[in-house]
Amino acid sequence: MAHFAKPSEGSWTEHYPELGTGPVSYEDSISPEHYELERKAIFGRTWLNVGRVEQLPRAGSYFTKELDAAGTSLVVVRGPDGTIRSFHNMCRHRGNKLVWNDYSREETSGTCRQFTCKYHGWRYSVEGQLTFVQQQSEFFDLDTDDYGLAPVAVDTWEGFIFVNLDPENTTSVHEYLGDLGAGVVGYPFDKMTQVYKYRAEVGANWKLFIDAFAEFYHAPILHAKQATAEESRKLSGYGFEALAYELDGPHGMVSSWGGMSPPKDLDMVKPIERVLRSGLFGPWDRPEIDGLDQLPPAINPARHRAWGVDSFVFFPNFMILVWQTGWYLTYHYWPTSYNTHIFEGTLYFVPPKNARERLQQELAAVTFKEYGLQDANTLEATQTMLESRAVSQFPLNDQEILLRQLHKTARGYVEDYQKSFATPVRISAAS
Amino acid sequence: MPILPDEFGDLEPFADWSLESEAERYAKRLSSTLDELQAFYDAAFPRLEDAMAYVDQFEFTALPQSASRLLWLCYSLVNVSFPVEVWRQPRVPDSGAASLDMLIEPAV
Repeated sequence: MAHFAKPSEGSWTEHYPELGTGPVSYEDSISPEHYELERKAIFGRTWLNVGRVEQLPRAGSYFTKELDAAGTSLVVVRGPDGTIRSFHNMCRHRGNKLVWNDYSREETSGTCRQFTCKYHGWRYSVEGQLTFVQQQSEFFDLDTDDYGLAPVAVDTWEGFIFVNLDPENTTSVHEYLGDLGAGVVGYPFDKMTQVYKYRAEVGANWKLFIDAFAEFYHAPILHAKQATAEESRKLSGYGFEALAYELDGPHGMVSSWGGMSPPKDLDMVKPIERVLRSGLFGPWDRPEIDGLDQLPPAINPARHRAWGVDSFVFFPNFMILVWQTGWYLTYHYWPTSYNTHIFEGTLYFVPPKNARERLQQELAAVTFKEYGLQDANTLEATQTMLESRAVSQFPLNDQEILLRQLHKTARGYVEDYQKSFATPVRISAAS
Repeated sequence: MPILPDEFGDLEPFADWSLESEAERYAKRLSSTLDELQAFYDAAFPRLEDAMAYVDQFEFTALPQSASRLLWLCYSLVNVSFPVEVWRQPRVPDSGAASLDMLIEPAV
């Protein structure tokens, strides 16, 4: 029996008829050839979130971002004028990687006045101009104005820094994120600057981990042991139903109830959760900041009293989870091959004022890891069996609508890309 | 020379759990037996409220070293709570070879 109302069509999925309701193929997650197309069609053409403005607090603050899927590394840096710029992380002399420490494939960050190449000492301002060439007189009519760092488009949205590697792109990130993104504008992300960031190398296609975090159908089962036995039985008996789903172009969101923060009955949770008043859903007590009472329209869109968390999936690989209790999480999935990717999970809280608040946040972060390890491991098991191709069609239920949308969207980008390269049909004159 | 504030002398035998980073705390959890985790939990859990009250005598952004060390020990208590209260083993069940590393964590 449905606990929460569905659209008049009878299901969320049928509310978006272009999705269909049939079984889906996961060939897009196990084919090396398809992944090579995705690199160009998706990661080379869409706005990608690479960080937040708080990571660049002052002029000269920078970080690097390895983008295997797009086949490059970027440096993102704040200039003396306050502008955030991004460049391919590459010296214009003979192509050495410009900014790195010890291990050239590890990301780094810091603050500097200029970038100096380790190889021949060429120097660049943080605005990208070539400012020094070692033994410049040995070169042939070298004009330093012609050899600035190769720029990449940068845009910000609500303090999130995005890059776009498509030189022909003309869409701003605000336009790209559509009505769904616009509906989140105004949330106090800028007040939540206490950060815990996790990273994992996962042996599964990048879309499979988004799948895992874009449905809660699995939660009462895979994570059953994390609740008390009695609570666990109750949860799997109910199953999971979302409060609402919203799909908008390539992006989507699921709005969920949040019965555990705080729980109705304290016996439902672990002893340390009772003492600290925190758990998987974060601290039970909301921080005292403005902006949490009047939420932007896309957050808790059903305006439901039982609301707990909204999960936004911004295509291709960026998720934001906004929790009722006043904190948020981001997920990023950075492909490194057709069956591997780097997962980043980052928790953001209002900075704690005392030991209790600090420990509440620690418990939320530790709990996130306990769950994340189970999720990550399950994915590798899924990937290996999908690759057997013993079965090729898989049924998705109504609570898995965002998975249907994600794979359809990703396939659509690849098809559009292929069409843009298709040889035009030659119409020969009738003879 | 005690690591923890004088008021927490009873936790001094577990002062090796006062570790500054999540990586150290998690590694110590994995290299301990469940009995060792249980012994630490049984000693520290009843003192959690007292520890928070002690730390909160000070300005949170300017804690003396001994208060910070007490707080780190509390972070370890949080880290071992799942193994002791739920898993009954140091590792997360069904986590296989998966790992999730902390890249950034708060300074305090």
